[in-house]
Amino acid sequence: MPYISNTDNERKQMLAEIGVDKFEKLVENIPQKFRENVKLQLGDAMSELEISRKISELANKNNAIVNSFLGAGIYDHFIPAAVDHIVLNPEFHTAYTPYQAEVSQGTLQYIYEYQTLICELTGMEISNAGMYDGATAAAEAILMAVRKTKKFRAVIAGTVNPDFIEVIKAYTEGIEIELITIPVKNGQVDLDILKTEMNDETACFLLQTPNYFGNIEDVFAIEKIVHATKKALFITAVDPISLSLLNAPSEYKADIVIGEGQALGNGMNFGGPLFGFLATNLKLSRSMPGRIVGATLDADGETAYALTLQAREQHIRRAKATSNICSNEALCCLAATVYMCLMGKDGMKKVAEQSATKAHYLANEIEKLDGFSRTFNVPFFKEFAINTPIPAKKIIEKLKVKNIFPGVAIGENMLLLAVTEKKRKCDLDELVKALAEVQND
Amino acid sequence: MTKTIFEKTSVGRTGFTLPQNDVDAANGIPENFKRKVDANLPEVSELDVMRHFTELGAKNHSVEKGFYPLGSCTMKYNPKLNETLVRNAGFSNIHPLQPQETVQGALEILFELQQDLAEISGLPAVTLQPVAGAHGEFAGLKIMSAYHKAKENKKTKIILPDSAHGTNPASVILAGYEVVEIASNEKGMVDIEALKNAVDEETAGFMLTNPNTLGIFETQIEEIAEIIHRVDGLMYMDGANLNALLGIVKPGEIGFDIMHFNLHKTFATPHGGGGPGSGPVGVRADLEQFLPIPQISQNNGNYFLDFGHKQTSTGKIHSFYGNFAVNVRAYIYIKMLGENGMKRVSENAIINANYILKKLEKYYDIPFNEYCMHEFVASGNWQKEENGVSTFDIAKRILDKGYHAPTVYFPLIVKEAMMIEPTETESKETLDEFIEAMIEIAKEAKENPELLKTAPLNTPVKRVDDTLAVRQLNVKFKIGN
Repeated sequence: MPYISNTDNERKQMLAEIGVDKFEKLVENIPQKFRENVKLQLGDAMSELEISRKISELANKNNAIVNSFLGAGIYDHFIPAAVDHIVLNPEFHTAYTPYQAEVSQGTLQYIYEYQTLICELTGMEISNAGMYDGATAAAEAILMAVRKTKKFRAVIAGTVNPDFIEVIKAYTEGIEIELITIPVKNGQVDLDILKTEMNDETACFLLQTPNYFGNIEDVFAIEKIVHATKKALFITAVDPISLSLLNAPSEYKADIVIGEGQALGNGMNFGGPLFGFLATNLKLSRSMPGRIVGATLDADGETAYALTLQAREQHIRRAKATSNICSNEALCCLAATVYMCLMGKDGMKKVAEQSATKAHYLANEIEKLDGFSRTFNVPFFKEFAINTPIPAKKIIEKLKVKNIFPGVAIGENMLLLAVTEKKRKCDLDELVKALAEVQND
Repeated sequence: MTKTIFEKTSVGRTGFTLPQNDVDAANGIPENFKRKVDANLPEVSELDVMRHFTELGAKNHSVEKGFYPLGSCTMKYNPKLNETLVRNAGFSNIHPLQPQETVQGALEILFELQQDLAEISGLPAVTLQPVAGAHGEFAGLKIMSAYHKAKENKKTKIILPDSAHGTNPASVILAGYEVVEIASNEKGMVDIEALKNAVDEETAGFMLTNPNTLGIFETQIEEIAEIIHRVDGLMYMDGANLNALLGIVKPGEIGFDIMHFNLHKTFATPHGGGGPGSGPVGVRADLEQFLPIPQISQNNGNYFLDFGHKQTSTGKIHSFYGNFAVNVRAYIYIKMLGENGMKRVSENAIINANYILKKLEKYYDIPFNEYCMHEFVASGNWQKEENGVSTFDIAKRILDKGYHAPTVYFPLIVKEAMMIEPTETESKETLDEFIEAMIEIAKEAKENPELLKTAPLNTPVKRVDDTLAVRQLNVKFKIGN
């Protein structure tokens, strides 16, 4: 039997030591009628060779080798080989949550380093050890703002990723938080309407920049509007890759910064696992959700690390916890930590710069095509929307046979395209050529 | 002590390569939206990074290093094969928004996993969207809430026993309900009278871990379910302890309407130092309409993302379809074990737990001493009273012996609790050695209590001061100082 050590003989010996003659005696207190005739239709056990064959057949049904411009929150950035070697280290991946600090210093220290890296990127003072994904991090940030301000009204930019908004709805429905969405104006949040919606009952404003359409929001003007509102907190959702090029959220005085972290060293994996990051300033630390690691000393006075501010968490505070989160996505955060260390100061900048320049090259080339234009005439980072002369879905269908995924259809005649540093000029030109031909086919 | 990676920086050193940028274009970012001061990221070589993290890894206890009897967490062996197979580019490199015809293999796995979990639980509809146990609890409670809303039931509270996991009450609050906690009876089980007193027309449901957090099967489950169902409440099972039930009973057949699975416990996916896990939820047939969107369905062999129940669904609780790569690992594990293997898992988990229980009962107080399921709760009471050492001290001494400590001070209803869960993957020799170590510690507690109070001594660091970690909050390294 795979993965079960004890032989039938050992089983017998152990049962004898326990003082029973057969296993069934151990579960006799379970009402017999529930135990009778339990069948599991799971098929016969497969050997390693058989399941390997089956899995590789299934994987082959997925088309993973394409010229893809899909993004919308999940991005295909380059991952150095060393990242996965460290993630695969069983000392990390077969460990549990670092509750016993003395035998978990490895995990605790890398989380401390992860927190430091996130603080460096965002300019914030404190980061937690990670959340499930960007969407749940956004929802938890809103809950945090509500907790801090004791106001039950949250304002959200209509330019935020719609998946985030859906998850926020699910997370805020139970405790009856009123959600207000600010309409989109030329691919950015409508500042005039934002001004009228920010009132004294408002806990926070959630902005995404670069936003769902890839556009950079006018963070400085927005900050003024948000902070003119009594107590309201300014939450921004950011692409961590953008932060080596774009303003650190601290530069525009964000109060809580969250985002999807997958782009930092984690594969796309059909959308999971992902991880969310959440950072803020120290004065909000006690309202934060999730685990936090702090540096401290051991009995010999040596530096050591431990979970800290645990009085916020469910295993201590139960119904009064700041969140119900227990497991997070630690190993994904490890991948992000290793990635940021390997790419370093220079590499992170190059990734951001190449993604942005290649995206702008592609946008310029597409604009030269008859019938195609950029949807919004505002600054963008690595992702942008285009208007298409024929329905976007049709383009996706037609380009599929050429092994090109031209982007996500976000409107009848609108495509959202993402570009990363992995794209070569020839990949971009191939898409442009295919789009040029799409009307003729 | 290992220096932080930030202290290993050397200006200009790099650990990456990238192709030359072969397009000639500007980045298009207006000056005022450009970052003013660079982030202080490390500048290190690939070898620096490998050494650093290898050194850190060596400071962790892990399943592959040694026995990990952490109750409630099911620290079983995580098969290597899963790690190899899941790294196929056909899985790791697919985007969640690809055309569905180009991800048929991925959807087929998810569809089959939904079915396998339904079969194991006896709950016919399963969502794979929740990514952790507590996330599953939240999803389950949202489903419960949607059910009551659809029936126009006025429900305000959820009942749970005082032995419940901390996530249970926290999830209840997040779902918008009040928590009603009832005391357990003298056997450590649900007190039927207390339950009857707590239940009323506003009871939305009951959350129960079964076997409970003492490792005891709730024998009165039928009556409990009847009491809850009588007021149209729903029975929620926290599936943290499912490792005891595989092929022995099906939660859906013993009165539960909703449950979550912890694939990172029962189905052998790695815990990863705290995730990523996966927390699918199973429900009885009439609740399927409330599951998060999308479900994975199939039609004549074509698999698809099914948004058909959008109107009744509780919506989305994660960006996409849950932790796909974790789900693939669980799928492989289930296929490798099949029906007989699955049943064998629970049998051996139960035998292993009872074996340790039997061998330790003379040395440690076992407050609820009967045959346990896959885990049991011992107490450091005797050592505390007789030798002045606490469970905390015992746990630290266990670390010295090369083992991870049991879960301590939980459940809250047992003083000085030590919850021990060996799992089925451990051999008799390993258990014998652990038992010896525990007996030795009981002896040390009598003969040399100071030794326990200063433990651990053989670990990478000595006893860690976690109150100082709160008092002098230091949560990021000061780079450049």
